[in-house]
Amino acid sequence: MIAQHLPILQIVLPLMAAPVCMVIRHPQVVWIWATLITFLCLPISIALLVQVMAEGVIVYELGGWAAPWGIEYRIDKLNAFVLVIVTAIGAVVMPYARRTVDTEIPVSRVYLFYTMLLLCEAGLLGITITGDAFNLFVFLEVSSLSSYVLISFGKDRRALTAAYRYLIMGTIGATFYIVGVGLMYNATGSLNIYDLSKLIPELGGSRTIQAALAFLTVGLGLKLALFPMHMWLPNAYTYAPSAVTVFLAATATKVAVYALIRVTYTIFGTVDILEIVPVQDMFMVMAVIAMFVGSLVATYQVNVKRMLAYSSVAQIGYMMLGLSFDTVTGVAAGIVHLFNHAAMKGGLFMALGAVAYRVGGVRLEHMAGLGKKMPWTMASLVAGGLGLIGVPLTVGFVSKWYLIQAALEKGWWMIAVLIVICSLLAVVYVWRVVEVIYFRPVSEIAQEAKEAPLSMLIPTWVLIGASIYFGIDATTTLDVAFAAARTLLGDGG
Amino acid sequence: MSPTTAILAAVVVPLIGAVFIVLNGRSANARDAVTLITAIVTFVVVATLFDDVASGMRPTVTVLEMLPGLGITFTLEPLGMLFAGIASGLWIVTSVYAVGYMRGHHEINQTRFYTCFAIAISSAIGIAFAGNMLTLFVFYEVLTLSTFPLVTHSGTDEAKRAGRVYLGILIGTSIGLQLVAVVWTWNVAGTLDFRDGGILPGSISAGLTAVLIGLYVYGIGKAALMPFHRWLPAAMVAPTPVSALLHAVAVVKAGVFSILKVSIYIFGFDVLSRTGASEWLAFIAASTILLASLVAMTKDNLKARLAYSTVSQLSYIVLGAMLASGIGAVGGAMHIAMHAFGKITLFFCAGAIMVASHKTEISQMRGLGRKMPITFACFLIGALSIIGLPPLGGVWSKWYLSLGAAETGQLVFIAVFMISSLLNIAYLVPIVVNGFFFAPPEESHDDHNHDDLSHAAGYPGDVGGHNQWKVRGIEEAPLMCVGALTFTAAGCIVLFFYATPLYEFLLPIAGGGTP
Amino acid sequence: MEQFPGLIPYWVIMVLMMMGLYIVIAHGNLIKKIVGLNVFQVSVFLLYITMAKVEGGTAPILAEGIKLYSNPLPHVLILTAIVVGVATTALGLALVVRIHNAYGTIEDEEIDKLEDQT
Repeated sequence: MIAQHLPILQIVLPLMAAPVCMVIRHPQVVWIWATLITFLCLPISIALLVQVMAEGVIVYELGGWAAPWGIEYRIDKLNAFVLVIVTAIGAVVMPYARRTVDTEIPVSRVYLFYTMLLLCEAGLLGITITGDAFNLFVFLEVSSLSSYVLISFGKDRRALTAAYRYLIMGTIGATFYIVGVGLMYNATGSLNIYDLSKLIPELGGSRTIQAALAFLTVGLGLKLALFPMHMWLPNAYTYAPSAVTVFLAATATKVAVYALIRVTYTIFGTVDILEIVPVQDMFMVMAVIAMFVGSLVATYQVNVKRMLAYSSVAQIGYMMLGLSFDTVTGVAAGIVHLFNHAAMKGGLFMALGAVAYRVGGVRLEHMAGLGKKMPWTMASLVAGGLGLIGVPLTVGFVSKWYLIQAALEKGWWMIAVLIVICSLLAVVYVWRVVEVIYFRPVSEIAQEAKEAPLSMLIPTWVLIGASIYFGIDATTTLDVAFAAARTLLGDGG
Repeated sequence: MSPTTAILAAVVVPLIGAVFIVLNGRSANARDAVTLITAIVTFVVVATLFDDVASGMRPTVTVLEMLPGLGITFTLEPLGMLFAGIASGLWIVTSVYAVGYMRGHHEINQTRFYTCFAIAISSAIGIAFAGNMLTLFVFYEVLTLSTFPLVTHSGTDEAKRAGRVYLGILIGTSIGLQLVAVVWTWNVAGTLDFRDGGILPGSISAGLTAVLIGLYVYGIGKAALMPFHRWLPAAMVAPTPVSALLHAVAVVKAGVFSILKVSIYIFGFDVLSRTGASEWLAFIAASTILLASLVAMTKDNLKARLAYSTVSQLSYIVLGAMLASGIGAVGGAMHIAMHAFGKITLFFCAGAIMVASHKTEISQMRGLGRKMPITFACFLIGALSIIGLPPLGGVWSKWYLSLGAAETGQLVFIAVFMISSLLNIAYLVPIVVNGFFFAPPEESHDDHNHDDLSHAAGYPGDVGGHNQWKVRGIEEAPLMCVGALTFTAAGCIVLFFYATPLYEFLLPIAGGGTP
Repeated sequence: MEQFPGLIPYWVIMVLMMMGLYIVIAHGNLIKKIVGLNVFQVSVFLLYITMAKVEGGTAPILAEGIKLYSNPLPHVLILTAIVVGVATTALGLALVVRIHNAYGTIEDEEIDKLEDQT
């Protein structure tokens, strides 16, 4: 009975739990409540993934209205995988959040913080699970609005301007998206993604459809911070509270990438329009530039959080590069990097949050000599950094392996070379931090620093551990990613 | 113990040892004892595999599937057996030496040192037993990363700079070139297993082969082929046991070993000799041999000179592989063993001189042989083996390498070997001659040295002590250092007489070229 | 050019949209940016509403004798979008208030100057 309603539970649970936080108000109780909810969401998404892998697509009709009139939730391998990423990060972030929230957010507002975090998770899950293009917009705004609020919780006043700028950019992006949806509706009379994927090919490359594609990609490109639409990201990540940075970095952009995959591969996947408007080529160019610019700018940041934010811009480039190949290997590499990057970056930002908690800042001078003061936190930072470089036995290696392979399969060895050059840039920015941590004497500020509390250390190592485990045994994640990629490219179900 | 268990045990035992070293970090004696026991156990485990390999068995074990269709796999074959045997065997000697050296030299962070050392050995053995290119690549990177803390051990600015060069070149080449080569191979051949006769399809073009092998040979930066050799002299800031075992044996030999593996089991000599793809690399290796020897002559710092000598000697092995002849490859493989014993002796001597007299520059060592006769005698033996004179092991590997060159008709390489031997004489022998036959400079030894030595002798747990050496003005390094270097010097002589069994043991690898 | 009258709404919408976008980009005043954002969003609402018009159709309310209705769905969609738009505007204005408290100004350039100092 319940198993049948898992898709809707996945959304309703955090969505309904959020207002309850407003009623509870007591900081500790709210935290327990929110943690409990995220812990419940994770098994639901895992159950959905298992079911999808075994039995194929799950279709859930909301209120019993059949698609295309009613809204349906449609879960295939791809979004089941993304659901697991989002809920897993959510479940790890909540236990971690308590300590950072204590120092970063006034007690009177703590309950609002958890409300927004749950709402944000609900929104992201909604984007992922829904099979309706307009419903996707609604969830996009639910997650966006709550993340603007979350970012503005940051202690630094620059968090406010970062949130404001993100709000402007994000709203423009979302509005572009609905223009695209509107044009598609105009041409086909349907809002159901699956329905659209069958109706749009019949229309071929009409001008309306071309315009729709343009609006959709630009809108989502803004959301996922694809170069050159990434301007909002570094400040937002840098000044947001630690737990928020972890959550957003590991999930928000990933979900936006997912939405873009849906649009380009599911809706427009079988249309010749991609030959008329070379979206893939544009993605590739932007992805490569993102990889370079992101990595290069990262190499001269003194704020380590900002450095990782630019690194995220570069890593989003990797994902988009994988997608732009338009081959099973390439798309699978992009999808698996969604997960891999979530694990690495989540763990890295958590380690930085621990530094901020103990030392009070995350600029290079704060980090000096911490190798001795906070050995475990720093070890996680190094392990995550090695993942960004793409050293074997980390998930970063797996992603790079398949990206390079996808490039070589197409015979684009220049792209393969560019990928490794970007990895080498990662060596530069990661090692700059490593040297500061281990070779500089402990700074004045950090004299009193101790190892991070276990409630922060354990979540950090869960993510870093995952980034190592799935780098050693990547068969699980790759099986899912390849299966999803094959479905997307219509290469057998 | 079945062979497959033994293979896994050989990789895992040093790791377990590393854990126990950390656990015993507070007690210096217990920690050093753990290191020694681990080294001995590892060697015994590796040694049990010897007979299986000699009798032609090729046990394979897959640990886990890392990527779909690609796993961490270990396969035993003679070349890997030889490398694993040398690395683990010399680890015992080095551990003995390291205990004496690290205490005598009052090094800090000794626990971290021994831990990383054990991890490095584990990954070296992982490289040796690797059954496919992915496994090799994985352990190759682990080796780089685990030796980084060893190179930067002292934590000084100089060590930090050296660490940058070390990591920059080794990670840069391996990710920038080797990874591309590996994925490319996987793309072309559909497998990465090491197989006799190579795995590349016969249809592969000569141009692509040349590009690929270039990517491999330069991607394996540990082989220190010019111009990617800078990391090796830089790494000399590390404590001497590291320079001795890792930067004369384990790390650099892992590099040339990988090149041999790749050229034999990925390309196959058939492909290489037919396409002539590796010829350009043979010439680069030859010029590295000569250039590095010339640079070595200009170096006054003993360890730096030895480092350039290593760069030059490594290219012998690279050249042996690039000749694409079976006999040359066997010669190259033998040179792994011969050079290992010779060069480790030289480094041990350099370290012993540093501990006993705090001298690092060759020009300061005038007359020192009279005070440290054993050390300098062993230095001479090591030097002669590197040069390749009988009755020392080094002569055989050069002999087979020259045969390989003759077989392929590349007489110019024989000339290179000859000139290089002369250059070796020119930069190694004078050190000994200066040490023995010239009087020490007037102000050579002051009381300060005595203080240091007696202090070293009094260091808790120091084995032996030095007072016995003080008679007749002799001031040798701690007994554990001298014992270790005498042992490896003796090894150079023993290898001269046991070269035939070694040759026969390695002969199967030549099958790749002359079926 | 016979299509021209039919396309007028689109022209209007596009002009509105670009005006909104221009205000967002060109104006330094944070409140004016939000005004621009609203104009921008409203243009999209209009796009949906015009789409819904069926020639000769009446308001989609069930009544005797009427066969032809306008399409109600876009109206419903836009109702949702309006709610979202209001929420966005409210949040944006709230942020502006807090920015004013923190920086003492709501001009983009002055805020940039203050940020560079810290």
